[in-house]
Amino acid sequence: MIISVASGKGGTGKTLIATSLALSLRNKAQVQLLDCDVEEPNDHIFIRPVIDRTEAVGIPVPVVDEAICTRCGRCAEVCAFNAIAVAGEYVLTFPELCHGCGACSYLCPEKAITEENRETGVIESGKADSIDFTQGRLTVGEAMAPPVIRKVKERTNNDGVAIIDAPPGTSCPVVESVKGSDFCLLVTEPTPFGLNDLKLAVATMKELGIPCGVVLNRAGNGDKNVIDYCESEYIPVLMTVPLDMEIARLYSRGITLAEGIPAWQKEFIGLFDKITEIVDERNRCPER
Amino acid sequence: MKEIVVLSGKGGTGKTSIVGAFAYLAKSKVMVDCDVDAADLYLLLQPEHGEEHEFWSGQTAVIDGAKCTHCGLCEQLCRFDAIHDLVVDDASCEGCGFCANVCPAEAITMKENLAGHWFISKTKYGTLVHARLGIAQENSGKLVAMVRQQAKKIAEESGIELIISDGPPGIGCPVISSLSGTDLALLVTEPTLSGQHDLERVIGVCRHFTVPALVCINKFDINDANTRKIEAYCRNQGIDIASKIPYDSKVTEAMIHGKTVMEYNPNGAAQHIEKLWNIIIDRLGG
Repeated sequence: MIISVASGKGGTGKTLIATSLALSLRNKAQVQLLDCDVEEPNDHIFIRPVIDRTEAVGIPVPVVDEAICTRCGRCAEVCAFNAIAVAGEYVLTFPELCHGCGACSYLCPEKAITEENRETGVIESGKADSIDFTQGRLTVGEAMAPPVIRKVKERTNNDGVAIIDAPPGTSCPVVESVKGSDFCLLVTEPTPFGLNDLKLAVATMKELGIPCGVVLNRAGNGDKNVIDYCESEYIPVLMTVPLDMEIARLYSRGITLAEGIPAWQKEFIGLFDKITEIVDERNRCPER
Repeated sequence: MKEIVVLSGKGGTGKTSIVGAFAYLAKSKVMVDCDVDAADLYLLLQPEHGEEHEFWSGQTAVIDGAKCTHCGLCEQLCRFDAIHDLVVDDASCEGCGFCANVCPAEAITMKENLAGHWFISKTKYGTLVHARLGIAQENSGKLVAMVRQQAKKIAEESGIELIISDGPPGIGCPVISSLSGTDLALLVTEPTLSGQHDLERVIGVCRHFTVPALVCINKFDINDANTRKIEAYCRNQGIDIASKIPYDSKVTEAMIHGKTVMEYNPNGAAQHIEKLWNIIIDRLGG
């Protein structure tokens, strides 16, 4: 089963929930944790894995053999991203604009274009106790997160429970991260910002056809609007974490809820059981 | 004209609350919300309904079932795993058009995407340019570029010398699009290990795009030891800490009431934000 943890708004507690869930389940199932927030991966701070496998990842970008090239301009014509241009005698490539689709090299009538890998990040895998861990890290200064996220997800192990920590927002990096999940946990807080961004995240999951439930974090000082919204939209609120200075302080030191206050492990196992029930129910009657 | 952007790396450190306070404090400026994925600034600035524009960007492949000969070439060549059983998965389609270019039956066309909307709104603090990226859409970087360009145009036309922009979390495409060419980046962090880790990466991005950075440690009193570590790190990097703002529950309360913290409770965190703003004005003037 693949469970992703997403949020819309940043800083609502995705990492806290994803890492605590992984730690709480590690004695119950084969657990894998995939940190797909490749712009700012933080899970490693909390579960302190031993990394034993590092792989550079990137985008295949065109290299033009100018001796063969006839400057016909077909490559520039088919490139949707303006990453290759022919100007008189010159063929110019703009590797940082290239999405690596391969159209230019395939369609070059002279076969003058080959590809080389332009490194945009790394994938690191290892173990934290019995948890299989993989994270991606986008190189600072690089724009495109999705190719790195795709590589992280290629390491998904379908046998046990895979937990995906997604980036904040609702655009392509989030879609890339949560796509293919059996369930998505949306972590929010009871504030107008939390609610506004939760609505966007819910709409994204609906678009992708992924069932979702809410974890309400920092409950206590906010308003009731998130709860009312969830009720009206029939979105289950599966867990509530109070606004608590002790939890905030543990978090600031890189300690998860499951580790810092072990009584929470039972709550996370309960959360997992509820998710399993919803996913099983949906598999029984998929039209729902 | 000067442009300042507020970034953080990590989400939820307080960017929007601080930008909301700046909107109150700055006399003459145009506000921009560059967090087009999850735009929240309008919730504090409570704009009146203004101009709304469509944002068309990127393309998606469409297969005409009547022309398709089921040869499977498109599926075989697509590197984004976006075609399954001759059906295009819109969420995976990169819009590269490779499939449309190679289809021997010319059964594939590329349709333009309505990727979002952008708005020019009036608020009591001046003009706000903001946007809403379409659900599960791409090209947030281009939408960011669009709202920045519009803000610049408005500022030029009305003789306004300052643009204040609320940036997105992360370090990728929309962040780069928000940051490049600005005069100053205010980096809002918090004294958590995650906050520090993410700050280091966003400092790297500022350096990469040669934008000067100032740091603000929000909720600094949550963990004094981490605050000291961040201070030492910034000192080493030659980056000034412009402010340390204490934790203040009034900041969240203000947001719940749809107000900037300056209006809701001018004591506490608000006083520190006001001093921070004066430092920024000094920095931009110099």
